Amino acid sequence: MQAMLQPVADLFGPSWPAVWTLIKIVAIVAPLMGAVAYLTLAERKVIGYMQVRIGPNRVGPMGLLQPIADGVKLLLKEIIVPSGSNKGLFILGPILAIAPALAAWSVVPFSEGLVLANVNAGLLLLLAITSMEVYGVIIAGWASNSKYPFLGSMRAAAQMVSYEVSMGFALICVLLISASLNLTDIVHSQGQGRFHEMGLSFLSWNWLPLLPMFVVYLISGIAETNRAPFDVVEGEAEVVAGHMVEYSGMTFALFFLAEYANMILVSILTSVLFLGGWLSPFGFLPDGFHWLALKTALILFVFLWARATFPRFRYDQIMRLGWKVFIPVTLIWVFVVAVWMMSPLSIWK
Amino acid sequence: MEFKTFVFYFLAVIMVVAALRVITVRNPVHAALFLVLTFFNAGGIWLLLQAEFLAITLVMVYVGAVMVLFLFVVMMLDINLDRIREGFWSYLPVGALVGVLMLIEMVMVLGGRYFGLDAMPAPPAAQAGFSNTRELGRVLYTDYVYPFELASLVLLVAMVAAVALTLRKRRGVKYIDPAEQVAVRREGRVELVKMAAEKE
Repeated sequence: MQAMLQPVADLFGPSWPAVWTLIKIVAIVAPLMGAVAYLTLAERKVIGYMQVRIGPNRVGPMGLLQPIADGVKLLLKEIIVPSGSNKGLFILGPILAIAPALAAWSVVPFSEGLVLANVNAGLLLLLAITSMEVYGVIIAGWASNSKYPFLGSMRAAAQMVSYEVSMGFALICVLLISASLNLTDIVHSQGQGRFHEMGLSFLSWNWLPLLPMFVVYLISGIAETNRAPFDVVEGEAEVVAGHMVEYSGMTFALFFLAEYANMILVSILTSVLFLGGWLSPFGFLPDGFHWLALKTALILFVFLWARATFPRFRYDQIMRLGWKVFIPVTLIWVFVVAVWMMSPLSIWK
Repeated sequence: MEFKTFVFYFLAVIMVVAALRVITVRNPVHAALFLVLTFFNAGGIWLLLQAEFLAITLVMVYVGAVMVLFLFVVMMLDINLDRIREGFWSYLPVGALVGVLMLIEMVMVLGGRYFGLDAMPAPPAAQAGFSNTRELGRVLYTDYVYPFELASLVLLVAMVAAVALTLRKRRGVKYIDPAEQVAVRREGRVELVKMAAEKE
């Protein structure tokens, strides 16, 4: 590979590292955008079948071109900036929503050595970047200078900060037992232990010893991405569409892209942190990216399933769940894991 | 110019300009957002100093949590700028005095005598596999464990005090308790009665 690229590298000279990184970024973002587009179709189809409907089936064979039609429609629509809004921040809102959603992908490992930036503090970086996602929503809601968007952004601020805490504690458990902040190392640490030697690798992944954390992380992930049943930020029955009320065309599409990119991010992170990343579930099957894709798709299906199944939480119930249930549970479990690791019963020696 | 130097000046210029805008901009929400930008660039400069743990924590804590709540409050407040600016000229001498004093102190402490390259040469480059996080953790939890725990205790007390000060239990109000609502079971609300079918 390196030898093959050498002539091209010579062509660019000293700027080659930057160009090569750009190529890698495109190689990650382009499939991601494709995945986002088809996730919207999958969502409509899955929910359609769950509600005994057919879902979109008009554009292209079996409705497969529907996301492209949607994209073209959104691209061609006019962007309306309300006259009473704060124009600069109004445009900045959607940009700040999508930027962290894409930046977070820089440290996600897709397979052995297949990662854009293999940083030591990868997990921490992810936490920091995802904690900035809320700004897009808050700024959009405030800059719109309208009641419903403002209410939506207030809800977003409170909700996302609350669930970040429990998410952080869940991640502390993971890094306690893998003794590393590097995502690749975290995956490696799951590929060992008694069950792994027996060929039942899927039992040695983090989800089993950290089952409560796995559940908390998954639910917090749904809340963090503002997906149903935690979508009070959008809450079309209460605040119409929250921060997105005043947005149209591509500015609206950016929020949409960010939401779905975040969904995929949370799913892939859950797979990496709790479900062994690219490791195969059985000893006799080879590891590879396809396992990560499969696990991510499974978790994404859970996201859609939850949306089709549960009614929306009321706002105070969301806050109760975050502060009075998840945070105590995670705090206690951090303690339990720490004691477990130091006890003779530790399975992570 | 080395690339790193360029990055440093790039971040530093944005940071200084943003910090100035925090205190000069008229709109408090804009000021808060400029403060976010300042924190972010400070994090970038710390990254250049190879303090990745501190840099990321700065972004995570201040940008991701503190400033979000700050914005939350600032957006809800109805701030009358003219009222705030009323006493500007009368407060200016006192403020300027405090500012100048702080500047002198900072120049004395942070000047070249203590922080110049002669007094404090650049630390040796970290070898491969050096983990900033691990090193910080080791120092915090072994050499400085008592001061660290003491600091956390002080923070805990402050937190409990803040909650205790604002906690107010009013009696006799129709207040919803979500915990009670969530705990509702069918048995508590519905009673199935078995009765014979009524026949004419």
